Amino acid sequence: MSEVIVITSGKGGVGKTTTTANVGTGLAQLNKKVVLIDTDIGLRNLDVVMGLENRIVYNLVDVVEGSCRIKQALIKDKKYPNLSLLPSAQTRDKSSVTPEQMKKLTDELREEFDYILLDCPAGIEQGFQNAIAGADRSIVVTTPEVSAIRDADRIIGLLESNEIRQTQLIVNRLRMDMVKRGDMMTVEDVCEILAVNLIGVVPDDEQIVISTNQGEPLVGSDALAGKAFANICKRIIGEDVPFLDLQKKASVFERLAGLFK
Amino acid sequence: MSLADFFRKKNSGNIAKDRLKLVLVSDRANCSPEVMELIKNDIIHVISKYMEIDAEGLDIQITQTESETDNGKVPALYANIPIKEMHHS
Repeated sequence: MSEVIVITSGKGGVGKTTTTANVGTGLAQLNKKVVLIDTDIGLRNLDVVMGLENRIVYNLVDVVEGSCRIKQALIKDKKYPNLSLLPSAQTRDKSSVTPEQMKKLTDELREEFDYILLDCPAGIEQGFQNAIAGADRSIVVTTPEVSAIRDADRIIGLLESNEIRQTQLIVNRLRMDMVKRGDMMTVEDVCEILAVNLIGVVPDDEQIVISTNQGEPLVGSDALAGKAFANICKRIIGEDVPFLDLQKKASVFERLAGLFK
Repeated sequence: MSLADFFRKKNSGNIAKDRLKLVLVSDRANCSPEVMELIKNDIIHVISKYMEIDAEGLDIQITQTESETDNGKVPALYANIPIKEMHHS
């Protein structure tokens, strides 16, 4: 049975698009049929993160308006033929699409794909309403910062009132060195405050920047963040995977740093 | 404040957590600063009939407290109203 998952955060810049790209690619690596939809109309980005920006012919608005068939707008991934992207429109705005149209679109995609991932725009206005319209469940991405957590709390409330039945949390860009010093909230702190189930913790990792520069998602690589995303994908399909020991890596750094103190 | 509290307060992670907890309680209660100001003014108005209070030092906020009836936390209106002088009739 296919599932529609919206990836959202409230605040911008916390890693929704990076998460969508990595989770989508990770699910494709697990041999699932996956489609990613960029719902951020006017601020298209998922295509560049996926490295598919040169292949766009039609976009989400074209599909919704009936200017082309869904199949014509879907872009197949470079590496994984079972992964597709439906890019957003760059020169239109959020009001070009309605929640009803989004629901219809996701329902049609269910027939072909196991997972439909929606990359939600920042904010709580129409773009958000469009993105959540057809979703069965949601993944809220936050960073361990007051602004991101406050916005995540608001989003979680809105998801509940819109009857999204399952909401899970990704704590992104965790810096274990700062947590150890007491200068960053712990994952436990964040979960306690937001009172939702955790599906993954992604450490702050410069490899993410490097892989995004290259337009290739990091998931599946040996980098710590790549492993974290791979684990999140396994948890999404229902496997019980223990959380990575992020402490270990931090302590190596700390020991090194300690030598020079 | 104990010595332990002193050290606990010092690290910014805990400061962030404490600040967030407070701000989320009022966010969730959907109570804007304007509404809080109105409540505060009404409280001053009512209490002033009976005693002289320090309006400047008055502090009201929405916090969480353990529910007396069931297990779990409920929002509570907390008010700290310093009295300058009781009115004696």
